[in-house]
Amino acid sequence: MATSTKVSIPRRAKRVQISSLLASTPMAIVAIGVFVVCVGYSVMLSFTKSRLFPNFNWVGLDQYERLWGTSRWVVSVENLLVYGVLFIVLCLISGFFMAVFLDQKVRFESGFRTLFLYPYAMSLVVTGLVWQWMMEPSLGIQNVVQRMGWSSFEFAPLVDPQYAIYGVLIAAVWQSSGLVMALMLAGLRGIDGEIWKAARVDGIPTWQTYLFIVLPMMRPVMITSVVLLAVGVVRVYDLIVAQTGGGPGMSTEMPAKFVIDHITARGNVGLGMAAATMMLLPVLLVIGPWIYREYVRPAKH
Amino acid sequence: MEQIQLTGPQGPKPKQTSVSRMGVYVFLVSAAIFFCIPLYVMLVTSLKGMPEIRLGELFALPGDPSFAAWVKAWSEACSGVECNGIQTGFWNSVKITIPSVAISIILGSINGYALSFWRFKGSNLLFGLLLFGAFVPFQVVIFPLIIFLREVGLYGSLTGIILIHTIFGMPIMTLLFRNYFASLPDELFKAARVDGANFWQIFFQIMMPLSIPVTVVAVILQTTGIWNDYLLGLIFAGRDNLPMTVQLNNIVATTFGVREYNVNMAATILTAIVPLAIYLLSGKYFVRGIAAGAVKG
Repeated sequence: MATSTKVSIPRRAKRVQISSLLASTPMAIVAIGVFVVCVGYSVMLSFTKSRLFPNFNWVGLDQYERLWGTSRWVVSVENLLVYGVLFIVLCLISGFFMAVFLDQKVRFESGFRTLFLYPYAMSLVVTGLVWQWMMEPSLGIQNVVQRMGWSSFEFAPLVDPQYAIYGVLIAAVWQSSGLVMALMLAGLRGIDGEIWKAARVDGIPTWQTYLFIVLPMMRPVMITSVVLLAVGVVRVYDLIVAQTGGGPGMSTEMPAKFVIDHITARGNVGLGMAAATMMLLPVLLVIGPWIYREYVRPAKH
Repeated sequence: MEQIQLTGPQGPKPKQTSVSRMGVYVFLVSAAIFFCIPLYVMLVTSLKGMPEIRLGELFALPGDPSFAAWVKAWSEACSGVECNGIQTGFWNSVKITIPSVAISIILGSINGYALSFWRFKGSNLLFGLLLFGAFVPFQVVIFPLIIFLREVGLYGSLTGIILIHTIFGMPIMTLLFRNYFASLPDELFKAARVDGANFWQIFFQIMMPLSIPVTVVAVILQTTGIWNDYLLGLIFAGRDNLPMTVQLNNIVATTFGVREYNVNMAATILTAIVPLAIYLLSGKYFVRGIAAGAVKG
């Protein structure tokens, strides 16, 4: 602290003080200790024969071979792809429509906005349990519609292995599309009013203006939305556990659940870590270069 | 923002046909209904008795609304062999959430401050690593953290789960505060330095009072995020400290012959009440936190 009594600070580099280094210690410990060492340790374990406890009997890529030969993992990955693509597309479309319709100077705008976004404040466990109840075959929505006279109506996806994943999808879209709406609405409000005037002068219909002029301008918002949604997709665990438990059969198993199950109940750490490393790979490939370009390389200010 | 709205073309459009205006409202109202249905179903189910639920009228209003299921969910519902209701989970969540929120915000604000004004060699790299941490799937770091906490004797303890929430909250909190401090004029900092203020003086006397708005956003973000967490609580909190979400799932999964849907839904509402209340009270702050906060899974 004694160094801080100097009156003039000739250069930025002089800003470094003991206290600033001290204050950054927790950050350094977490950044390096958790996000480098722990990640490295996990990856390392994926090359070992670790069962319930970690050991270092190296087996090379055996665990990866076993992983991709495990039907539960392969099904999990397939489920994740189907679920992930549909989830992102549906959230983007519904979020965009909600934002556009809310942008029409409607009455009760903030009321609608509150209603569209509240599911996002609720936990995925709550979301999963509510939808599980509504999709209950004998007392849920299916039963209500059937009793209204439409006796062939079917809506009980969670008991059918073929459709269970779509049952989860509905719940997930319900929970998250408000997020896209909020982001897109903010994006729409940021668009220059001159563009609307120009489009009207040229006689372009409103819907075409939205589709061909406004939408391309919202690319940054779209990218943010996709990144946020994609992070949620890779992590999907709570929703599955609460709504289906991965079933029926393996029809809603997901990679995140595969990892947790293998490091806890199934006591197969090596295989679980191989799966975790596979989950890390796409994140590294997409996020890594972006972080480096945006934050690490440039000397800011 | 107001200006944009006023100069924009979306103002009162006299020429617009009322048909398309109707269409807008039809869309919005149907969407609103879709979003409301689960909350409505949760509420009416929790207010019914089991005989009424067995009639299969999911959407019907309760004939004789009663809070009996709420009382049972709060103080008697069974998760596993214990039948103390969801109240234990509620208090556990309170005990986990309050310190976790406080510590992660304090650390996040110091980090953000140091990264914005006291840059040192390697600080960019540290920040890049933290940011990477915001995107890393929990599954990749959970196992080493279990081992570590077991070694230091904190696995399955309240301190352990608070530490875990602090770790996983750090990337997003740091990002939030760093971006906020970076938006402040550099002259503010320079002037304080010229006056001889040191690291902590500037932090406590200048930066902290200025960062009240961003702190509100941080509190909302962390409170809802930690309250809603399931996975970390399940793994790290230990049997005596299981948070409300975990206990809720256990209660619903516990079946003794008859499934009491009204009790399950009452427990579900009780679990959702805290984040819902925060959401409704916070309004614009919640939305502000979203872009930064949704990174946290």
